[in-house]
Amino acid sequence: MIRIAGGSGFWGDWPQAPALQVRSGPIDYLVLDYLAEVTLSVMHRQRARDPNAGYATDFVTDIGELLPEIVEKNIKVIANAGGANPRACTQALIESARRQGIRSLRIAEVSGDDLFQELGSGGGLAEKIRPLEPDGLSVAEVLPRLTGAHAYIGVEPIVEALRQGAQVVLTGRCSDPSLFLAPFLHEFGVAPGDWDSRALGTVVGHILECGGQASGGNFQGDWRAVPDLEKLGFPIAEIEDPSRAVITKHASLGGLISPAVIKEQLVYEIGDPKRYITPDCTADFTSIRLDDLGNNRVEVSGVRGGPPPEELKLACYYEAGWMVSGEMTYTWPDARAKALAAGELVRRRTEQKVGLKFDEWRIECIGAGACHGDLSFDGIEPEEVILRIAACSKDRDACDWLGREMAPLILTGPPGATGFASGRPRASKRVAYWPGLIPRGCVRPKVEFFAS
Amino acid sequence: MKVRLHDIAHGRSGDKGNTVNIGVIARREEWYPLLVEQLTVERVASYLRPLAEGPVERHELPSLAALNFVVRKALGGGGSISLRLDAQGKTYAQALLRMEIEVPEGMTELFKPPPG
Repeated sequence: MIRIAGGSGFWGDWPQAPALQVRSGPIDYLVLDYLAEVTLSVMHRQRARDPNAGYATDFVTDIGELLPEIVEKNIKVIANAGGANPRACTQALIESARRQGIRSLRIAEVSGDDLFQELGSGGGLAEKIRPLEPDGLSVAEVLPRLTGAHAYIGVEPIVEALRQGAQVVLTGRCSDPSLFLAPFLHEFGVAPGDWDSRALGTVVGHILECGGQASGGNFQGDWRAVPDLEKLGFPIAEIEDPSRAVITKHASLGGLISPAVIKEQLVYEIGDPKRYITPDCTADFTSIRLDDLGNNRVEVSGVRGGPPPEELKLACYYEAGWMVSGEMTYTWPDARAKALAAGELVRRRTEQKVGLKFDEWRIECIGAGACHGDLSFDGIEPEEVILRIAACSKDRDACDWLGREMAPLILTGPPGATGFASGRPRASKRVAYWPGLIPRGCVRPKVEFFAS
Repeated sequence: MKVRLHDIAHGRSGDKGNTVNIGVIARREEWYPLLVEQLTVERVASYLRPLAEGPVERHELPSLAALNFVVRKALGGGGSISLRLDAQGKTYAQALLRMEIEVPEGMTELFKPPPG
């Protein structure tokens, strides 16, 4: 039996989770996901400022200090923490190991996902890309503004890294479930055409990739019923054979593993459930069978799968001007009306400055329908609301000017304004995400080995 | 009688570019047909219109007693460029769960969620 433990669902996730997974019971693999769609665009900016940045630094901090225990217990670690700069991540982890006197830690670095240089070199790669979304921008519109391009690579290079004895596998952009499928394929020697087994491992990966969201976090079903969230145990998959898996958690930790909890994660961001596509297979989520074994154990079985498409997904990022947002709090009486009036006031004052052009505005009242708009506001006067103004422009100066118009509201706008201690909002670069498709043969994943 | 969808279902939502994905799960398996009957593509699209342009696709997952809605043009451009507070549609499931739906008389006695 192998135990695969989830340790992170995004960059910024709960920093105590990896240590709790390592220290609260047996696990064989600790797998950490750091990359949401937007994360790589943040990492590109960091790398542009510092050639040694652009990866998930939390990984090195949190896993670095666990290295002695990880080595002693022979836990294998797999993470996409490399982000936009896997080499810098590898080097930082090696330094952390050496500082602690850990020698010969075997680290595998998986790269080849980053196609930005090759796309810019005019070698014909650009002609092979096509858009994933039919109603979005064309390739020709995106390419001149491109700031990054990463193919979602699949499970094979990670399996190869494990086969060659890596204790830590670091990747850049790969499909999230592939990180979790790799130990499954490595341990059970699943045959290449065994799509049902690959699909089961992929479903397990989908359950684990969002960390505590599959063990009681963010649980709309009955959030009050989840015990001991302060000691939340992230999910663990126990697998004895490649036809079924049991999702559970360490018994001493908090959280809840139930069919309702697992179902919420199963329907999260899946698109067409009959065709859940990764580079490794196409999984049919309508075939999933869940059985409640009790005692925080849910069995997943019955999963059917098929081959993946010939093309890989390509995450492209392009510059889309500037944006800025600022907030101001208004209290009773007339909290909402004053906030909306102040928002309009800022808009008119900013726009009357000659030459400042904005593409889009958004004025929201946090506390009175900011998230759900007209669906939620019921006309009851809230005690206080937070005015949130956001705008975007091709002009950085326009966004910075809007930032200057926020604080003056205190003395020059509607009464009862407070809560403006966080400083003047500044323009930030707006980087858009554009998903494309690229033929599999154009992407050549690479595995390199390092030792501390 | 009318109840909130939240009384008979729970759910979770998230983003893929400018598309939001909303999964809705019946709190009891025997209530799944109510979701199938009431949460038509037309009703959901029209209900979510203040938040999302659409179109809306509906997918059925009977073995999980769940429906999955894929709602396009829903996030003001997508997670990294949207001006919205909820740029990634993390609370769209809660928005949909506010919807009023019609259930048989007397069903409210069962609204305590089953254990687990």
